[in-house]
Amino acid sequence: MASETIALTAAHDVSQPIGTILHDWVTTVDHKKLGILYILYALVFLVIGGIEATIMRIQLIVPHNHFVSPQVFNRMFTMHGTTMIFFVAMPILFGFGNYLIPLMIGARDMAFPRLNAWSFWLTAFGGLLLYFSFVGGNGLYGAGTAPDVGWFAYAPLTATAFSMGHSTDFWTLGLLVSGFGSIGTAVNILATIVCLRCPGMTLGKMPLFAWLNLVMAAMVLLAISPLTAAQIMLSLDRFLGAHFFDTQAGGSAVMWMHFFWIFGHPEVYVLVIPAFAFASEIIPVFSRKPIFGYPVMVAATVCIGFVGFSVWAHHMFTVGMNSYANSFFTITTMAIGVPTGIKIFNWIGTMWGGKIIFKTPMLFCIAFLFQFLIAGLTGIMLSAAPFDWQLGNSYFVVAHFHYVIVGGILFTLFGAFYYWFPKMSGRMYNETLGRWHFWLFFIGFHLTFDFMHVPGLLGMPRRIYTYEPGRGWEIWNLICTVGVVFQIAGTFVFIGNLLWSYFKGKAAGNDPWDAWTLEWSTSSPPVEYNFARIPVVKSRRPLWDIKHPEDPDWKYE
Amino acid sequence: MKTAIGPDIVEGQTMLQEIYHDSPRQDHKRKIRWTAILLAGYLLAARPVFGNSEDPSQVPNMFKPQSTPAHSIFHLSLFVLAICAVIFVIVFSLLTYSVIKFRRRANDDGREPPPIYGSNQIELAWTVIPVLIVLVLFLATARVIHGIQQAKKPAEAIEVIAIGHQFWWEFRYPALGVLTANELHVPVSDPSHPTPTFITLLSADTDHSFWVPRLAGKTDLIPNHENHMWIDPDEPGIFIGQCAQYCGTQHAKMLLRVYVDSPEQFKKWVQEQSKPAQVSESAKEGRRIFETTACINCHAVSGTVADGRFGPDLTHLMSRDTIASGAATNTFENLRLWIHDPETIKPGSLMPAMNLNQKDLDAVTAYLETLR
Amino acid sequence: MSTTSSVPSSMEQSWVLPSRGRVGMLSLIAAELAIFTIFVVAYLFYIGKSVTGPLPKDVLELPIFASICLLSSSLTIHAAVSALRNGRVRTFAIWWFATMVLGLIFLGETAREWHHLIFEKGLTISTNLFGTTYYSLVGLHAFHVTVGLICIAVAMILALLGKLKQEHSERADIFSLYWHFVDVVWIVVFTVVYIIGR
Repeated sequence: MASETIALTAAHDVSQPIGTILHDWVTTVDHKKLGILYILYALVFLVIGGIEATIMRIQLIVPHNHFVSPQVFNRMFTMHGTTMIFFVAMPILFGFGNYLIPLMIGARDMAFPRLNAWSFWLTAFGGLLLYFSFVGGNGLYGAGTAPDVGWFAYAPLTATAFSMGHSTDFWTLGLLVSGFGSIGTAVNILATIVCLRCPGMTLGKMPLFAWLNLVMAAMVLLAISPLTAAQIMLSLDRFLGAHFFDTQAGGSAVMWMHFFWIFGHPEVYVLVIPAFAFASEIIPVFSRKPIFGYPVMVAATVCIGFVGFSVWAHHMFTVGMNSYANSFFTITTMAIGVPTGIKIFNWIGTMWGGKIIFKTPMLFCIAFLFQFLIAGLTGIMLSAAPFDWQLGNSYFVVAHFHYVIVGGILFTLFGAFYYWFPKMSGRMYNETLGRWHFWLFFIGFHLTFDFMHVPGLLGMPRRIYTYEPGRGWEIWNLICTVGVVFQIAGTFVFIGNLLWSYFKGKAAGNDPWDAWTLEWSTSSPPVEYNFARIPVVKSRRPLWDIKHPEDPDWKYE
Repeated sequence: MKTAIGPDIVEGQTMLQEIYHDSPRQDHKRKIRWTAILLAGYLLAARPVFGNSEDPSQVPNMFKPQSTPAHSIFHLSLFVLAICAVIFVIVFSLLTYSVIKFRRRANDDGREPPPIYGSNQIELAWTVIPVLIVLVLFLATARVIHGIQQAKKPAEAIEVIAIGHQFWWEFRYPALGVLTANELHVPVSDPSHPTPTFITLLSADTDHSFWVPRLAGKTDLIPNHENHMWIDPDEPGIFIGQCAQYCGTQHAKMLLRVYVDSPEQFKKWVQEQSKPAQVSESAKEGRRIFETTACINCHAVSGTVADGRFGPDLTHLMSRDTIASGAATNTFENLRLWIHDPETIKPGSLMPAMNLNQKDLDAVTAYLETLR
Repeated sequence: MSTTSSVPSSMEQSWVLPSRGRVGMLSLIAAELAIFTIFVVAYLFYIGKSVTGPLPKDVLELPIFASICLLSSSLTIHAAVSALRNGRVRTFAIWWFATMVLGLIFLGETAREWHHLIFEKGLTISTNLFGTTYYSLVGLHAFHVTVGLICIAVAMILALLGKLKQEHSERADIFSLYWHFVDVVWIVVFTVVYIIGR
């Protein structure tokens, strides 16, 4: 066996020529390297998406501002939303999944390593194609226009009659391409978890991280496809004169909305479920207790996976569906709050009676709990259709979903960064800088997104490049913009911490957190083949069993 | 270009042109200077454009409803908020308590706390209780949904057809023979003898949404998909709102004004609006230019050859407080500026700059000013 | 490097998980089914809603022959895979070739039908809603048939070169799942377009 293994170049071995290193990374099929590529790609786009948001917030800081033209502003909100969902959130979550799943289930790689690489490069190319629109998407407005139809690209605004030139096509094709990459990764994750678990690791014994990514992958398969189909239809309309969404020929604008949201709503669960997965790994370790109610957590997630496909038209309450349809989607949306709430209770139950350690990963996860609670409650408000008739398409909705995505997903992502950075790099991050990052970002997040609910309640719609004075919106917009400064500062600290720690951090060792899942039994960073011998497990916390042979989990689970 | 109006307008125009028409490689210093003196400078240059005709208390606040749909939503929202507040307080307290009580102390002995794997009773409890809450919330909500969506239209209802355009509103009152734009007039509705206004919502191009928060929730205007809504304001006044579904470049300035008139005022308004356009001798030249230029391709003035429907009907233009769907107040200067260079008021709107010389511009504006 | 808890070797021997190729292919099929579902929904929704132009009953003829060919190819591919599993590589090659021929006939018939519709009946994808939904749904299916045929052709070449052996029968079986999926979709498309829609 030893003779077959390939000697690994350690993470900091830079003795190779740069060409070899680059070639290694570009042609790699190793899940760990691909995971890191996904994460780095997403971080670059996080900064770009953040710049787009900053431009918008500066434009909105006072009414009738002239920081950017309406045309530029409309491109900003379109690109910001599209970038953050498709080229930040999805890649970064796929990246962490790619890196961690084989390690956690005791496998040597994903089920289809070459498919893994192909999926990454497809996604990456899709993002580049989208951004090429800034220089290449010629329309009537001059050289180079990015799409400006909103990230959900409602018909018939996307018809050639209303969106001339090719800016919309960059949106459609960029996402179509990266959508295939997403499906590839989902197939891979599903096959890996179902087929490559190490002996003894039944479905009931695998880490919650694996379970939640399994549900996520299944959802991706069924959710991305409707978007793909709708984008094919839109492209047929735009390129071949088809009439899918051509209202003048009898086509239906509402049908686009249905297809889009049949993708769009499960998509947000695709994003949040891996965030739950991070929390479900971090909170137990930093409370020094196993997750409370593992089977219920699994059941609740599967339930969310199913019910998540039945709520989509709550994005369409104002479209003029009849009262029975509106009632149906109200109750399904309210219902999905139940398993989601159960998960929050179980995380509290995990902390209850524990010994909570407030290291940076846990700080972010605790903030996530508070923030996700609020996000869920504003979601309940929006689920009541008549309330949504006021709040829908307003800044209340913008505040709600940023609360979920930033306050929920991004915070657990930051937690995940700090938690697994030692494993991926072999170095500890700087705890002081981590705390600075946390508090700066926490303050900024709340300044921006708490107060953003108010203009929505006072009648401010979304996607407007400016607003009228005298409507009571000015002070709130000002505060929201101020919060951006803190978030930018926090992000700088974060990136600085990653860079500094990568080069100068203390050696981390295999298991700096005294954790219990299999990835912590490998070296930091792991060797290329992960495990010399495939482990055999008996419980959900195999390392606990090893560290506490007198009191192993498998006696009690 | 020199104009008869004044140097401040020219400077405003020029500066705005430079912002909107120049390449992205703008002078950064100019941009920063602009933002810094923005409020003061713009108010000065824009005083004719954005006068002070808005009542400062015109906050489109859904918590100050003035019509039955808005009232129903308001009451439901209080109920929902109350339940959410209770849930928030309970869970927030549990969270805070656990984070404080169960933190690792400085004098910790290093032993792991007892591992608790779960509890079926607790799981059952915190499943059943939320399900009950959901049921209660749903029933309360369903009542409001049906109450609003299935309201019967009384015989005395005013019927309006609202047609959404990029970036203005067309309002037709088929039974009353009225066709107007952007400013909707409805009679106040006495609860003992209701005269609600039932609005049919259509679109001529992309999706829009009619949202006047104090009167009702929003309903979308979607091409090839007829929608309906109703309002029955119980107090006279002006209620503001705007388009709430992104419809293109100038979605932000597709503003709405609903004038709730007393029954007498409304009757008078209908009478005035149903008359054909006033003919004024003094504006003959302007009318001639209007009718022989591209204006009539888009605009209509009833009783004349102008019958374009792409843009707002101008027959009673001067009966409106604003132009460009609320983007500017209806004054001579603004009207003139709008015809001459709409990009300064609403960049990206579908009104083209008419390229008239100064004399013709004055004449046409004067003509429009006679359309009361 | 990694540590294991001691476990009886009987567990290691009985630890059998599904084949990743099969799970991967089934996942892919699930995703593809979702795409087709959306096109079918669009087709059904737009039945009778065309504002102009030729209607289905005026121009569509039942593609009986093509359907028989395609559906029989499911039988031939099943026979091919069975043969390969039993080591009869030559028999496999014959059945595999038959599958390819039947698939090609199906595509040829589709091409013929489209030629007739475009040049003789004046129905294109931009004519009306019927044209739009018809060409996109049937076209999407034909695209999947084409992809399948390319894979079959590659395997055919490998078989002729003698590189395809009994040990590859599992892979052939997994591919046949895709081919069966294509046939099942055709049954749905046929029903929706030629029976319900007419």
